[in-house]
Amino acid sequence: MKAQAIAPVRLPQLRAPLVFGTLLVLFVALLGRSLFLQRFDNAFLQEQGSSRYSRDIEVPAHRGRIVDRFGEPLAISTPVKAVWAWPEKMDATPEQLRALAQALDMPQPALSRKLASGGDFVYLKRPVPPEAAERVAALQIKGVHDETEYWRYYPGGDVMSQILGFTGDHDIGQEGMELSQQSWLGGKPGSRRVIINRRGDIVEDVASIRAPQEGRDLALAIDSRLQYLAFRELKAAIDVNKAHAGAIVILDATTGEIVALANWPAYNPNNRTGVTPKKMRNRALTDTFEPGSSMKPFAIASALDAGKVTPSTIIDTAPGTLTIGPATIHDAHREGALTVEQVIQKSSNVGAAKVALSLPPATMWQTLSDAGFGTPPQTGFPGEVGGRLRPAKSWRPIEQATMAYGHGISVNLVQLARAYTVFAGDGELKPVSLLKVDAPVAGRPVVTPETARAVRHMLEMVVLPGGTAPKAQVAGYRVAGKTGTAHKLDGKTYSASQYIASFVGFAPVSNPRLIVAVMIDEPGAGQYYGGAVAAPVFSSVMGAALRLLSVPTDAPLNNVVLPPDVPDVKEET
Amino acid sequence: MMARLNVILLLVLVACALSLVTSRHQSRKLFVDLEREQARARNYDIEYGQLQIEQSTWAMPTRVEKVAREQLRMQLPGAGRVEVMGEARP
Repeated sequence: MKAQAIAPVRLPQLRAPLVFGTLLVLFVALLGRSLFLQRFDNAFLQEQGSSRYSRDIEVPAHRGRIVDRFGEPLAISTPVKAVWAWPEKMDATPEQLRALAQALDMPQPALSRKLASGGDFVYLKRPVPPEAAERVAALQIKGVHDETEYWRYYPGGDVMSQILGFTGDHDIGQEGMELSQQSWLGGKPGSRRVIINRRGDIVEDVASIRAPQEGRDLALAIDSRLQYLAFRELKAAIDVNKAHAGAIVILDATTGEIVALANWPAYNPNNRTGVTPKKMRNRALTDTFEPGSSMKPFAIASALDAGKVTPSTIIDTAPGTLTIGPATIHDAHREGALTVEQVIQKSSNVGAAKVALSLPPATMWQTLSDAGFGTPPQTGFPGEVGGRLRPAKSWRPIEQATMAYGHGISVNLVQLARAYTVFAGDGELKPVSLLKVDAPVAGRPVVTPETARAVRHMLEMVVLPGGTAPKAQVAGYRVAGKTGTAHKLDGKTYSASQYIASFVGFAPVSNPRLIVAVMIDEPGAGQYYGGAVAAPVFSSVMGAALRLLSVPTDAPLNNVVLPPDVPDVKEET
Repeated sequence: MMARLNVILLLVLVACALSLVTSRHQSRKLFVDLEREQARARNYDIEYGQLQIEQSTWAMPTRVEKVAREQLRMQLPGAGRVEVMGEARP
């Protein structure tokens, strides 16, 4: 080899700066990109990263309980499973299907029917106890799944059905108190973000996104013992009298709390298949009826207050009819001259009409309106009504007369019971409440205390011999009350054969504790007078309730004097 | 002298690092325990609700009365067989 000087290769002059520059630009681009990803557009990567270790999980919150005034649970939510299937994607052997039917405790044809009903989603069974759901899961059938949901249980069954109502899907209230108190009872599930490890265990709490809000408990004024008692007696009376329907309300006379409210027909809220809206109706609050004679005390009280009559003023009711314009009012029995007290005791329509006609319509209207007629009782119950009390200006004399004995005016049972707080107390109307009341409530004066006492005395005469409702008497207690029997409205005219019998009263008269109002719709076993149909219910409920509450007796135990069952025990309308 | 100090500092550093690892591990373990206990508390809560349902179903007046009347053959005393004690009557 010979040494040869290699001529130095001269690179093109621009090459080095070009390469260098290109590299520099690429570096800048790289830096810029990383800066961009790190600083400005990091959300996507952050999300991708965190999705590999963090999870948002739901924190369940359950619906509050409904309890009675002593804290006895009336409605409780508990988690259960719902088993559902995706029929199109299902792939099960006949043995698996048999095992599934067995695990769900349902006959196999019923299961097949559900699966054949088509669609891409079908509940096979809900609620399912958690153990049964585990057995289903163990079968590992493709297309069969379960989910956790809350199910509400009502230990009382049909006894409190209408007042409590029920909840629907997702435990949201649909009827009754469940509906009206939804925002109080309902819980709001929260959620939190956690870090999980490879096995899915939670290893760290990162943040609470939304704190769960547990539903609050709701204490009703209901006393479940009295509720049961009222329900039982109402049902028995409806059976005996072959009646169409009925309702009963018990009010605490001092606080206005509704301690019992029962209706028949009723339904079992735990199993609502085939329940008709008729059974769901809370008649005592959502239905109105013409009360009949139980309105008389208000017309009389209005006249007493206005100074038109005194309890011993004589009213001539002979000959038992009163003709006003083209219409004639009848009494069930001809009575002669009656005192105002006896008008109530014997329930004379003519007497009540004559007293009412001595009043200016506006005065009578004022008393009725003050006693709460024509305005809803404001219990907050969904669908409660206020009945009908027409303005005094539109009254014709015949209407004023019939209103005195409870026709041409409509009320609901709770309203009627509330109105009697006027006589049970000293002339004050107490507000009613379905919720427990802790502090004493202020009433609104309707009549003077003297008038209230005078009417109270008249109402006590109603249950004594000579009155229309001796069957309302209670052993050991002085009771007072008023019967009502009204022809039912059939379209626009009064039905000749369908009646509503009612009784409203309170006890003990010396210091009233409870007000009981009973309404029996269309008694069909011959008897239809309030004194024969509704008064016995009042008596048995009131007697047992006062004993349960240990209310001191205010009469000897042998005070009940029942006259022989003569047709005298009757009243009109 | 300087080297010795460095070795000591290194050992301290290693010790600190190890204790960090253990305490981290401990805290995770405790957290898992806490989670487990909370889950148990929830389950007890659920069970309490179910027991309440059961208790109130057993204690419903409908059933109590049925048992009293049919199994125990109890009945209400008639009016003639009641005596009121203590209360002064008007």
